Amino acid sequence: MIRCEGMTKRYGAFVALDKIDLELPKGEIVGLLGPNGSGKTTLIKILAGLLRQDEGTVEINGKPIGIETKKIVSYLPDQTYFSGGMRVSECLDVFSDFYADFDRARAEGMLRELQIPLKAKIKTLSKGTQEKLQLIVVMSRQAEVYLLDEPIAGVDPAARDYILTTILQNYRKDAIVILSTHLIYDVEAVLDRYVFLCGGKIVEQGMADEIREEKGVSLDQHFRDLFRYDPRNNL
Amino acid sequence: MAWQFEAGTPIYRQITDVLLRRICNGTYPAGAELPTVRELAVEFSVNPNTVQKAFAELEATGAVLTHRTAGRSVAKDAALISQIRTRLARKIVADAAAQVRELGGERGEMLQLWEEIGHDSL
Repeated sequence: MIRCEGMTKRYGAFVALDKIDLELPKGEIVGLLGPNGSGKTTLIKILAGLLRQDEGTVEINGKPIGIETKKIVSYLPDQTYFSGGMRVSECLDVFSDFYADFDRARAEGMLRELQIPLKAKIKTLSKGTQEKLQLIVVMSRQAEVYLLDEPIAGVDPAARDYILTTILQNYRKDAIVILSTHLIYDVEAVLDRYVFLCGGKIVEQGMADEIREEKGVSLDQHFRDLFRYDPRNNL
Repeated sequence: MAWQFEAGTPIYRQITDVLLRRICNGTYPAGAELPTVRELAVEFSVNPNTVQKAFAELEATGAVLTHRTAGRSVAKDAALISQIRTRLARKIVADAAAQVRELGGERGEMLQLWEEIGHDSL
């Protein structure tokens, strides 16, 4: 479903992604893991079509990133993009206008459950509630690819549980969910597959439960072990 | 999160265990319809494919039946479920005995403890 070959991205002299080869099938929840500055956000932005790689190919469903792929990609940025003065209902208007696959009724249903009033202004909502609102609109699209950049960073444990549950409730066999985080412990039970980035390279990838089976440790512990001995360790 | 999983054991196996216990203690009675993959994924906060894998394990034991159209149910075979229940109980006692042995416990001490604790709690 998603294929990268020799994908390289530089910012000036800095190599943010270094010859990434990656193949991800649909129907999975994939964790893009790694410390800050490892290239997670850059990779997600390239898949979302917001940045262009300098070298290599990137395809979604066999098509290079462009208008066609953007239609089927739902992207949650790592920073809020709704302005504080907007009302919740206006956020829904924006999504209705932009995306044919946006299921407004579904989004309104989830907001009702959380008792977030449609009339509320964004700036009056707590950070956790803003994160939930953004996730709700992003997950209410019937997309084929969900790119979630740090969906659980900086929110309290209850909001974190809500966010992970929302991802699981909206999971579909014909879609892929890629979520980036450095909080491995919190997400490892929801992951099928993990891709561990460090210094712009894929250090390791595989299936989350296989680590537990083969090494007898959690994914979180596995990476702590891995990085204790790694000279590139900057965790 | 409502569920804490043991770090070093595959999650699908821990879920298999929880579901098996629920079948044995009658939370899911013989012949009853089981919750869907999605419902259980949300309850345990785990990946749906993990629940799927747990169901596959349960199907292999015969405790769970998959129907082509109507989801999954607990086997109607009460004898089979009772067998599985006995096996689970044996394993729990065996684990406890192994731990007492590790502490240097003798057969006599173990039997005495078993008698006392069983008397108090059963």
